[in-house]
Amino acid sequence: MSEGTGISRRQFMKTSALAGGGLLLACHIPFGNRDAAASGEASFAPNAFLRIGTDESVTVIVNKSEMGQGVYTSLPMLLAEELCCDWQKVRFQPSPVAPEYNHAQFGPIMVTGGSTSVRSEWERLSLAGAAAREMLVAAAAGRWKVDPAACRAENGIVIGPGGKQLSFGRLAASAAKLPVPREPRLKSGARKLLGKPLHRLDSPAKINGSAIFGIDVAVPGMLTALIARPPVFGGRVKSFDASGALAVPGVKQALVVDAGVAVVADGFWPALKGREKLQIVWEEPEESRISTSVMRRDYARLAETPGLTARKQGDAPAVLSAAKKRLEAEYEVPYLAHAPMEPLNCFVDLKADSCLIRTGSQFQTVDRNAAARVAGLKPEQVTLETTFLGGGFGRRACTGSDFVIEAVQVAKAIRWPVKVIRTREDDMRAGYYRPMWYDRVSACLDNQGMPLAWHHCIVGQSIVSGTPFESAMVKDGIDDTSVEGAANTPYDIPNLQVELHSPKNAVPVLWWRSVGHSHTAFVMECFLDELAHTAGIDPFQYRRRLLAKHPRILKVLETAAERSGWGKPLPSGHGRGIAVHESFGSFVAQVAEVSIDNKGHLKVLRVVCAIDCGRIVNPDTIKAQMESGITFGLSAALFGAITLNNGRVEQGNFHDYQLVRMQDMPRVETHIIDSSEAPGGVGEPGVPPIAPAVANALFAASGARVRSLPITADKISMALGKG
Amino acid sequence: MVVFRVNGKEQRVDISPDTPLLWVLREKLGLAGSKFGCGEGLCGACTVLVDGHPLRSCVTPVGEVRGKKVITIEGIPEKHPVKKAWLAQEVSQCGYCQPGQIMSAVALLRNKPKPTDADIDSAMSGNLCRCGTYGRIRRAIHAAGAGTSMKGGKKP
Repeated sequence: MSEGTGISRRQFMKTSALAGGGLLLACHIPFGNRDAAASGEASFAPNAFLRIGTDESVTVIVNKSEMGQGVYTSLPMLLAEELCCDWQKVRFQPSPVAPEYNHAQFGPIMVTGGSTSVRSEWERLSLAGAAAREMLVAAAAGRWKVDPAACRAENGIVIGPGGKQLSFGRLAASAAKLPVPREPRLKSGARKLLGKPLHRLDSPAKINGSAIFGIDVAVPGMLTALIARPPVFGGRVKSFDASGALAVPGVKQALVVDAGVAVVADGFWPALKGREKLQIVWEEPEESRISTSVMRRDYARLAETPGLTARKQGDAPAVLSAAKKRLEAEYEVPYLAHAPMEPLNCFVDLKADSCLIRTGSQFQTVDRNAAARVAGLKPEQVTLETTFLGGGFGRRACTGSDFVIEAVQVAKAIRWPVKVIRTREDDMRAGYYRPMWYDRVSACLDNQGMPLAWHHCIVGQSIVSGTPFESAMVKDGIDDTSVEGAANTPYDIPNLQVELHSPKNAVPVLWWRSVGHSHTAFVMECFLDELAHTAGIDPFQYRRRLLAKHPRILKVLETAAERSGWGKPLPSGHGRGIAVHESFGSFVAQVAEVSIDNKGHLKVLRVVCAIDCGRIVNPDTIKAQMESGITFGLSAALFGAITLNNGRVEQGNFHDYQLVRMQDMPRVETHIIDSSEAPGGVGEPGVPPIAPAVANALFAASGARVRSLPITADKISMALGKG
Repeated sequence: MVVFRVNGKEQRVDISPDTPLLWVLREKLGLAGSKFGCGEGLCGACTVLVDGHPLRSCVTPVGEVRGKKVITIEGIPEKHPVKKAWLAQEVSQCGYCQPGQIMSAVALLRNKPKPTDADIDSAMSGNLCRCGTYGRIRRAIHAAGAGTSMKGGKKP
């Protein structure tokens, strides 16, 4: 956290006693959000995270979207630790969209992303809990007419001299009348909750079918709409004939929105049947008729020309041109769909002066404001309620708010509560992908075999260029998310140059779990592996030497190597690969063990993962997120590719965009480094190392160096010289 | 009119018999626990039991379950060993696929109370999980199998 948000500068203020005599604690952080303050928004409005009921219930209001990462448990744990309440009484409630729930670091928007939920809320929620505890203790002390210092809170009870006790619920009403401490003191002594593998509060609802995801939202009389979308990005409706669609029983209406032609019906099935009967003539802009095979050639050509400099240390080009021996390689990764299990959807109930949106969003303020613009309302007239998200991975933090805007457009046309649902094919073909990347790397070694110069040219679309985030996130033409993980590599290379080309095209791109790291780790960690093998040095030892100045990275690297049995003999056709990467404030190393049979079939058998994410909240959640990141990254490493031909996306469903299934899943073991460092993220950092660890393991097992994802049997065969 | 039983209760639905069972459950009967993921029987999020067999309700026309017994996630008792194992192993992440996973696991354990890893691969590979909970699902199935006899009157 920046200096300006230190504890002593925070102010806490009480807002209101709730109906029923509960205590609503609100803290506001005048220095935490300068942009909001400067813009004259209601940035000093109360910021409520906690409600204690007279029934002893402790409700933590959570300003982060739950999309699998467990924020409905980890964030309440942060507050409850300081509150000293009874964990069994803790409940969670998704927050509304309001300035007090804005991201503590990202400026005036409510957003869940960047693996920041725990990191950004740690201090704010701890202080919210501590302040409430002090007020409850003061209320009890007042009741007993004793010094508050003689009282303490424990497990939802304030205990006074002589063992007197009052529960939080019984104190709630009187505590609500007390002033909020300006500088609440965090408790000292042992942690009761933090660091413990507590069960998730949202699990019961998720296994009995009662958890409400966006797609489950229903109100009486609600209609359902599907949208027929253009075959290419940027395509528009030229004309359409809906007579066939309207003849389908249950179909109410067909209308044009920006995204295409919406068919509105009294259920999903009639909407789908109706959509199949639409006759549409599309207008396809010439520039939309692109093919990834052509783009790849263009990217390869660009990679040979100088780009914008993202990092320059020493003089890599000069050292390389003087070198006797140079290693050169091209790496490439394709577009990827996020493919959350819950296809995108959005419920809208638009009235003359209000709009209710219920959806699984990671980007509430952006989506709400977009909805207001489309609806012709003020942002404060739009209520956005966050449901459970059936996976997010960045897709539900859409810079273009696509799935919200199209639903509001439909609602605006029909003036009736409506839910727009995407089929899997819609979800996969309508864009917003992880960019396709092409990397060209050259390096030379010193006489000890260590890298002397590394010249790296990255080619791929900028995610934020052309969005409202461009001005804040693109500096001197460099989108940091394009080069993160490469330009800031911790490897000690005396001559290092990283350049960037950011070509533009019609394919919408977006952050995809781990963002730029999802490609840079693959390139860095594989090419480094190549250098190690060229130098004849063990890839683990090679990394150790280059990371001598980075004890935390070194520690995860060594832990993963040791726990994996690195160096121990393996059966023929098996191999281990190692990769380590820093992202989102955390350090993760992984060792993959793979086997390859004589038909070239690659199987990932085991992954040993070590993470240092600083101070921890819930170790089981961290393990789950490592398992999750590894699986997500493995789907990309082994199967994932979105390709375009003549502008058409060639994949549509899980038969041609395959994901890791049970039968593909390796054994995963995660080791968490004991650390007192500042907390790091866990949602994304598990993803980057897995693809290079697997590619490096494949090389160790077979001698096949595959530099292009996904690692298909064909590519393995080519690399082995059989292709 | 299609008549069938859902979670022990007779349902009479006036709907075109080609409508997939999934949408009848979700939109007509208010049972939204079965999820839509692919519409092609590729992901398993919509899995329900029909006369005890796991079926992908997104590609099962409701006309085909006429007179049959359908069990959805809402019909699995809270104390069911599979649900208990799911909680104990802390399987869920986003949770969207889990109703389908649980239904496939319930079906597997009815046939094979002590499944091997190969049995689990075979029975569960039709259920996708984008969050990567497979390792925990495997552990939960083993735990549920080890902790309980699924014989006799325990059928959901």
